[in-house]
Amino acid sequence: MARYDRAITVFSPDGHLFQVEYALEAVRKGNAAVGVRGTDIVVLGVEKKSAAKLQDSRSVRKIVSLDDHVALACAGLKADARVLINRARIECQSHRLTVEDPVTVEYITRYIAGLQQKYTQSGGVRPFGLSTLIIGFDPYTGVPSLYQTDPSGTFSAWKANATGRNSNSMREFLEKNYKESSGQETVKLAIRALLEVVESGGKNIEVAVMTKEHGLRQLEEAEIDAIVAEIESEKAAAEAAKKPPAPAPKET
Amino acid sequence: MKLDTSGLESAAPVWGAPSELVDGFSAAPLFEVPNTTDFDGFQKEAIQMVKPAKGTTTLAFIFKEGVMVAADSRASMGGYISSQSVKKIIEINPYMLGTMAGGAADCQFWHRNLGIKCRLHELANKRRISVTGASKLLANILYSYRGMGLSVGTMIAGWDETGPGLYYVDSEGGRLKGMRFSVGSGSPYAYGVLDNGYRYDMSVEEAAELARRAIYHATFRDGASGGVASVYYVGPSGWKKLSGDDVGELHYKYYPVMPSTVEQEMIEVAGA
Repeated sequence: MARYDRAITVFSPDGHLFQVEYALEAVRKGNAAVGVRGTDIVVLGVEKKSAAKLQDSRSVRKIVSLDDHVALACAGLKADARVLINRARIECQSHRLTVEDPVTVEYITRYIAGLQQKYTQSGGVRPFGLSTLIIGFDPYTGVPSLYQTDPSGTFSAWKANATGRNSNSMREFLEKNYKESSGQETVKLAIRALLEVVESGGKNIEVAVMTKEHGLRQLEEAEIDAIVAEIESEKAAAEAAKKPPAPAPKET
Repeated sequence: MKLDTSGLESAAPVWGAPSELVDGFSAAPLFEVPNTTDFDGFQKEAIQMVKPAKGTTTLAFIFKEGVMVAADSRASMGGYISSQSVKKIIEINPYMLGTMAGGAADCQFWHRNLGIKCRLHELANKRRISVTGASKLLANILYSYRGMGLSVGTMIAGWDETGPGLYYVDSEGGRLKGMRFSVGSGSPYAYGVLDNGYRYDMSVEEAAELARRAIYHATFRDGASGGVASVYYVGPSGWKKLSGDDVGELHYKYYPVMPSTVEQEMIEVAGA
């Protein structure tokens, strides 16, 4: 037993925690995930790798709810995600039991981040190999929030963020195109960001929206297709407007 | 079966008893073990004699303007009045109060502990804890000490985002939400006055007077309650102590002595 007390995550001479950095590498290889916060809505979108023919796609939900008013999407090791999500769900209920109040998004994010940090400073364990995007509404003030955690255990709030594969290009896109929006506009922005790095089509994207009144709602494939089509036509219209007018036919 | 209460008497040294320790100086009080066949059983009985009484009167009620909290200030050990000036309303934080009934040390310590927990909650969550949450924290702690002899019968009163809140929490682990509570040996008397005079839409002054009267009447009939009737009000901006009146003075305020003329007395004597 003593042999397994040794911490795996130890400092390198130049102050790095290599295990944590390697965990971030695992995240970078995971599926793309994006989150956008609007004034009255929060959206999560995740890349869906094409499902194997025989696989029941309903059993691989990538966007999960932690409580009625909090949801989570992640990029990285899916098995680690399952364990983290279970612990977070228990904590949500435990909080409800001890203070008779639902958790705030910040509280549960802090809890998940704390858990991720604990595993970078314990003996015989490795860090969780995932970054999470957590969305939700404050149970009292009704304010929407979006938070991100990573394997090192840091967390912060965001207006929009992306993680996983090609997250840098998605984030650049979001930085260029983000503005305060609500309702469908927010959904479109999230999908547009995803489409930057993912093959277009409802089959390859999983999108969920959360509103204060209706909680979490997964969008149907048909809905996503419709929005994608809208986006494509808008894009085409924008392109056409940019093109110089066709040269007038020569007159002889 | 007659209760042997010699263990509750103060262990004062008997005059003239030879001291083994120091000659000439009065020795430290000896703890004399009573002559019983079953000392543990006797101890339990002694505790039981004092415990259920919770010699005190405290009350709290919610009304339109907030929460009114009132208590007496007498501490008794069996038949001995040990203090007439005990603070039975404990200030957990600027917007929450707790009342004390049962073991004074238990109540004081655990209320302070609750205050610490509430402050930590504020720091961690950047918002005040609700009265519901605070009372639940206390109830959970008391439940975990169930059966170990804690004696606490307290009410947690406060004002939070959802408005006024009032909970009764006791050392058996019970926790009740309510609009009116009275705890202690004087509570039946206080309930009589409180239930009779209560209206939801009272002004702060009316509610304070009702609380004061209820405590006074309890101290009048209950031997274990007395001293000073303190009245606190909890409103949207926190708690405020409204009054602390000696119940003896209150008695003469409510029932002033009627002056009778000398001639009247003489007539009565003649007729007797």
